[in-house]
Amino acid sequence: MRYNRWALYGLLCLAAVMIMAPVFIMISTSLKSMDEIRNGSIFTLPTDPSFAAWSKAWFGDCTQTLGEKCGGLSSSFMTSVQIVIPALFLSVGLGAVTGYSLAVWKMKGANVMFAALLVGMFIPPQVTLYPLIIMIRELGIFGSIPGLILVHVIWGVAFTTMMFRNFFKTVPQDLLKAARIDGAGFWRLFWHVMLPLSLPILGVAMILQFTYIWNDFLLGLTFGGRSGQPMTVALNNLVGSQFGEKEYNVDMAATMLTALPTLAVYLLSGRLFVRGIAAGAVKG
Amino acid sequence: MALIPAMTITIVCFYGFIIWTFVISLTRSRLLPVYKFTGFEQYVRLFANERWWTAMQNLAIHGFLFIGGCVVFGYFLAILIDRGVKAEGMFRTLFMLPLSMSFIVTGVIWQWVMNPGLGLQEAVRALGWTGFEFNWIVRPDRSIYTLAIAGIWQQVGLCMALFLAGLRNIDPNIWKASRVDGIPVWRVYLHIITPMMRTVFFTVFILMSAIVMKAFDLVVALTGGGPGFSSDLPARFVVDHILNRQELGLGAAGAFVLLCTVIAVISPYIYFELKKERGGRGH
Repeated sequence: MRYNRWALYGLLCLAAVMIMAPVFIMISTSLKSMDEIRNGSIFTLPTDPSFAAWSKAWFGDCTQTLGEKCGGLSSSFMTSVQIVIPALFLSVGLGAVTGYSLAVWKMKGANVMFAALLVGMFIPPQVTLYPLIIMIRELGIFGSIPGLILVHVIWGVAFTTMMFRNFFKTVPQDLLKAARIDGAGFWRLFWHVMLPLSLPILGVAMILQFTYIWNDFLLGLTFGGRSGQPMTVALNNLVGSQFGEKEYNVDMAATMLTALPTLAVYLLSGRLFVRGIAAGAVKG
Repeated sequence: MALIPAMTITIVCFYGFIIWTFVISLTRSRLLPVYKFTGFEQYVRLFANERWWTAMQNLAIHGFLFIGGCVVFGYFLAILIDRGVKAEGMFRTLFMLPLSMSFIVTGVIWQWVMNPGLGLQEAVRALGWTGFEFNWIVRPDRSIYTLAIAGIWQQVGLCMALFLAGLRNIDPNIWKASRVDGIPVWRVYLHIITPMMRTVFFTVFILMSAIVMKAFDLVVALTGGGPGFSSDLPARFVVDHILNRQELGLGAAGAFVLLCTVIAVISPYIYFELKKERGGRGH
């Protein structure tokens, strides 16, 4: 029995080491100099840790790039922030209202509508990509932050609606009846009864939507143009550029900078993230 | 009234746009949509396209390895944690950590780890095993496997969490009974618990399939579809033809075929979800 216990912890620690190894390699590479990277192994700790690569990834290096903008990732970071915050609140807000009306106000076709939304979560974005490009272009917001916010709301609403609708379905009918007898209308019931009840699910939806929007690549690539490049697109460009000598430490620092916001949200939110990720996994 | 925005999005941006894409796939559109219909010519071209078949074949290989790997490792990790370990929360947090990162981040990290010149291969050789070879990322016949490695690394935590939730729902009396009967723990898992978990396996399979079929970011960041088109996937084929190659009609045809594949895999799941709903309301 004791022997088994050791094997159990041994296996768990081995799995933990294997999963954390790439993260460790990313961090330690970002703190090394290029000389050390060329002459050492990816597993060694940096002998002389420095944040030089981080600052180069963030501020850019204007001495090397030719003609291209040398702004580093800081401007894309700001773009991502400007996209995430409005898109987050709009998609979660819209999902809450839609989920509430579908679950509580039983009207004709509510179930058909829900089924249609559920299917919508699985549709690969590639299938609607080109018509969406035309729509955004016709609205005159292609290649801009408002355009990206709109496509994120469009792509997020199925997921947020599903989360809220499934939660509101579990609210006891008696509570709703009591509120209605007290004369609460559509919006009063929403603001004063349902929304306060849904705080935990609101947290889950916010965390997941933040992660999805921040981590998105395809929409940013397609709709961002030159001025609206979010962080993931900028990172991919930086790593993929064939300009001059590859600087792996700068690449890894840039990767770390891209990953940090969602990592922080994950580590701070813990359980809420776990609860939501299963429900939202279909979004991929 | 409050439903109008979401309804418009669903009807126009989901279903309307799918039809629009289908219509484009029936035309000869290249850079811009032109509505001169040519029937199923684009589909004929698509099925004659070697790169498309490479991508479809890769989808099958990647899907098999990725889903299989996630299910096997995820279930195994869930069982380990379910054995009642201390610091369970810490292990869970660590296993799910990669989930919070984007596929782009995952791809870039693994591209560096698998870098044949300075990455894992060199590091292992430096430890003394000089014949060690791990250069899959630059080998056309192996690059597709690197996608599964990086993909499993990122998603295994999700599978673990789903399986763990399933294991926690198992009636504790089963464990008591099996202990009384003296059945070894591994046999209880294999012959009793695993069959009871079939709905969880089904859910995991569907969720992972949805991820596989949409896989785009990971290929772009990890291999760029290369070397050549050796690790290309359908989702990347479609985006490439629509955005870069001025082959709108062909890309639309590919997108539509991709959608049909998704529907074929997903529809049993949707059916069960809706049936569950209807069953639940009966009470």
